[in-house]
Amino acid sequence: MAKSLRPARLALHVYGVLVGLFLLLPTLVVVPLSFTGRRSLAFPPIGFSTQWYRNFFTDPDWFNSAVFSLKIALLVTVFATTLGTLAAVALTLGRARWKAAARGLLIAPMIVPGVITAIGIFYVFLRLGLTQNLWGFVFAHSVLAIPIVVVTVSASLSSFDRQLLRASASLGAGPLASLIQVMLPIIAPGVLSGALFAFLTSFDEAIVSLFLAGPFSRTLPIQIYQSVTAEIDPTIAAASTMLLGITTLCVVAAALVLARRDRRYS
Amino acid sequence: MTHGIDLEITGLTKRYGNATALDGVDLHIAAGEFMTLLGPSGSGKTTTLNIVAGFVEPDAGTVRLGDELLIGVPTYRREIGVVFQHYALFPHMRVAANVGFPLRQRHLPKAEIARKVGEILEIVGLSDLANRYPRELSGGQQQRVALARALVFGPKLLLLDEPLGALDKRLREGLQLEIKRIHRELGVTFVFVTHDQDEALVMSDRIAVFNDGRIEQVAAAHELYQKPSSLFAAQFLGDSNVFEGAVGGSGIDVTILADGLTLKAPVAAGAHGGRVALVIRPEKMRIDPHGHAVGSDSNALVGTITDVVYMGSRSRLLVATDDGRSIMADRMVPSTEFAIDDKVVVSWSAEDATVVDGGMPTTGLGK
Repeated sequence: MAKSLRPARLALHVYGVLVGLFLLLPTLVVVPLSFTGRRSLAFPPIGFSTQWYRNFFTDPDWFNSAVFSLKIALLVTVFATTLGTLAAVALTLGRARWKAAARGLLIAPMIVPGVITAIGIFYVFLRLGLTQNLWGFVFAHSVLAIPIVVVTVSASLSSFDRQLLRASASLGAGPLASLIQVMLPIIAPGVLSGALFAFLTSFDEAIVSLFLAGPFSRTLPIQIYQSVTAEIDPTIAAASTMLLGITTLCVVAAALVLARRDRRYS
Repeated sequence: MTHGIDLEITGLTKRYGNATALDGVDLHIAAGEFMTLLGPSGSGKTTTLNIVAGFVEPDAGTVRLGDELLIGVPTYRREIGVVFQHYALFPHMRVAANVGFPLRQRHLPKAEIARKVGEILEIVGLSDLANRYPRELSGGQQQRVALARALVFGPKLLLLDEPLGALDKRLREGLQLEIKRIHRELGVTFVFVTHDQDEALVMSDRIAVFNDGRIEQVAAAHELYQKPSSLFAAQFLGDSNVFEGAVGGSGIDVTILADGLTLKAPVAAGAHGGRVALVIRPEKMRIDPHGHAVGSDSNALVGTITDVVYMGSRSRLLVATDDGRSIMADRMVPSTEFAIDDKVVVSWSAEDATVVDGGMPTTGLGK
C-alpha cells in the first residue's frame, strides 16, 4: 500500500518544500546581505564582514531604537499577559450572559484592519498626550497583544478539568488560592506561550507605531522602515536579521512549551 | 466511637429551566451513618450531593450539618470532604502534596502536615507511593489518594460521588470493602452516591432510593429488598415478578385481582379497590412438576419452562404461564431437575409477596 503511494507522496513533499521556499526566501535574503563587505544592499553580497552588526550597536539611532522597542515589548508582555489571562479565566469560567459579547470585543483588535485601529489610537492618544511617548506605545501595543493572550490561554483552559476547582474548594481553598495553586500551574504553558506571542506582537509591530513615533521615540521596525526610505545601508539587513532571529526564537520557544504541556498531563 | 455529624435536608428543590431536578427532598442522616443515595441517572441523587457540597445552590429548602445551616456558606468554608468519580487529583502535585493540600490551606505547621499525611496514607495503604505523580498511579490507587485527601483534614462528613464508577469490577469490589473499613475506623458520616444496586446493598447502613427528583423510600438494605414501599423501589433494587391489579374481596381472605387472576396477598385493611402491584422476588418462587398439589395459603400458576439460566451459585428458571405471563424463579442449587419445555406449577406463599401502590414507575426500570 505505502509503496504504491510513493510517487504521489514524493510529489507532495516536493510541492511542500517549494511552497516553503517561496514563503521563506524573500525573508531569508536579508541574512547573507547583512554580512556584505560593501556599502550597498546589492544581491548577491560581495565579501564578508560583521561591520554592520558593529554599526548597529554603536550607532545611537539604531541602538536606542532597539532598546526602546525592548522596553516597550517587556512592559507589554507584563500588561497583556496579566490582563489577557484574567480575561480568559473570566470568559471561560464565568456565568455572565454577556460573555460572548465581551469575548468578541476583546478579540476585535485582531480582526479590525491595523490601519483603522492605528488611526483611532492616534487621534485619541494625540488628545491624551500619549504620542511620541513610551507609555503610549505600551498601551497601544497591549490592546493588540491582549487578544492573542486571551486566545492562547482560553485554548489551554478548554482542556482544564473544572472538577479540580470543585475539589480544591471542597478542600478549603478559596477562589484566589484555587486560582494560584491549582489553575495557574496547570495552564502555565498556555500563559507562557501567550506571553511570548505578546512580546512578539509588540516587538515587531509597525503600523500603530508609525503613527505614534516621533524623532526621539522610534521603535526598531520604524527605524528600519525610515532608514530604508532615507539611506540604503546594510545595517538594515543586520537589524532585520536580528529581528528575524528573535522572532523565530520566540515562536519556537512557544511551540516547545505547548508541546511539553501536551505530553505532561496525558 | 463516632466522629461524624448528622445531616438534615429539608424540602430541597432545584429546577433547571423547566426541568425539575429535585422536588422537595427530605432526608435525615444520622451521625456516623453510611447512607447511600441510589437511583438512575437524572433522579436527583447527584444534585442533592452537589447542594450539600455547596457546588450548586438550591431554589428552595435547607441543609443543616450538626447545628450549622449551610445554605449560602461557600464550599471552602463547609469542612466537608468530597470524593469525585474521576478522582480530581491535582496533576501537577505528587501524592503527598495532593494529600497535604487541605492542610496547607489551613496553615498547619510543616511537621504536622507531614505527620498527618503519613498517617492517612498508611490508612489507605499508599505509604510507598507518596512521591509519585497521579498519572503514575492506577485508577484504584488514584481514588485512594483522593479518599485520603478528602479525609486528612478531619471532616465530619464525607460525600462520595460514584467514586467507583470508573473502575473495573474486581477493583471496585475490593475498594467497596476498603471504603467500608475506613468508614468503620474513622466513624465519619458517609454519603455515597451510586446507581449500582449491588454496591448500595454491600456498603450501606441505609439506602435512599431516588426517582424523578424525589425520594421513594429510605430504609436499611435488607428492609428495602424485602419490603419495598413502591414498585419503583422494588424493581430498581433486585429482580422481581410483578402482578398489577386491584384489591378485591373482604375479611381475612383479601385478594388481588390481576387481569383475570385472583391472588392471595397480605393487603392492609381499608385498601379495598385501590390500584396495587404485587411484588414477588424470584427466590420466593417454588417450582414443582405439573400436577403437584399446592397449599391453601399459596398462589399457583401453571406454565412451561422456556429457559434455564445458570448463574453460578443458583439457577434461574424462566416460565411462560398458560395465561401468557413470564415468571422468574431462582433455585439455589444448580438445577438439573427441570429442562426446557417441562410443564410445571409455579407457586408462592401469600405472605412472601409485597403489595405496593400500583401503576408502572415512570422512569428507570431496574434491569
